[in-house]
Amino acid sequence: MIPVLILMTAGIAIGWILHKKEKILKASSVLTNWAIYILLFLLGLSVGTNDQILNNFDKIGLQAIVITIFAVMGSILVSWLTYILFFKKDER
Amino acid sequence: MKGSLIILSFFAGGLLLGMYKLLPDELLQNDYSLYALYVLMFLVGIGIGSNKKSLQVIKSVNFKILLVPLSVITGTYIGVSVFSLIQNNLSLIESLAVGSGFGYYSLSSVLITEVSGEELGVIALLSNISREIITLLLTPLFARYFGKLAPISSGGATAMDTTLPIITKYIGSDYAIISVFSGVVLTILVPFLIAIIL
Repeated sequence: MIPVLILMTAGIAIGWILHKKEKILKASSVLTNWAIYILLFLLGLSVGTNDQILNNFDKIGLQAIVITIFAVMGSILVSWLTYILFFKKDER
Repeated sequence: MKGSLIILSFFAGGLLLGMYKLLPDELLQNDYSLYALYVLMFLVGIGIGSNKKSLQVIKSVNFKILLVPLSVITGTYIGVSVFSLIQNNLSLIESLAVGSGFGYYSLSSVLITEVSGEELGVIALLSNISREIITLLLTPLFARYFGKLAPISSGGATAMDTTLPIITKYIGSDYAIISVFSGVVLTILVPFLIAIIL
């Protein structure tokens, strides 16, 4: 995981330096999309050859949705509190 | 939304080719994904560093605005921790890792796959896509009953781009900068938080 973070940090620095070179940035954003496509294609491929995941796909999908409901509810409740304490009084 | 559909169809395409064994074994046995991930992370960095929104964000930092992404992180972690208590399939660590995607499904799913394997990667993919869809569908409701920060926090990392239009439509454009700020901060933090947790 460390190389991943180093590469991203290096990218941020380089992106900062190059932030006016529109052509390079355009190319980089097209490449980013393709890297994502390839990685998700590969993820699909390894899932497609993994019988354990395929046989449990309904269970896995349900888990994914339930955990998301908890994540969204938790974040909404905490930011509701933040809103009432720090933001609401500044309005109107 | 168009972007999500393209990404999902690449996933589905890989899934079908894998299921029906339509590719030569050689391709299946070699794992190229680590190199693709390295390239992706470098490019994502360039995208963040050069993003005009990121520059704008740094100028707008203050204590109050920092509380927004902080609340999203705290709330998400509380929520997924409760989730990990009520079932036995996902551990606390796994639940926190999935929650750390904050809707940034492409990046979180490939990172989690690399460390914890495909099953958790798929859960991260589906969960974080659902987070974006829930935000797109329920923003009017959230804004009405849970205050103006609710849609921003539901959107997570997507509050800077894909869910921004719907969010500003319901909470007003004076909150747009807060939405972008929170989204940018979470987007940058996703890989770091996943790395720390796993």
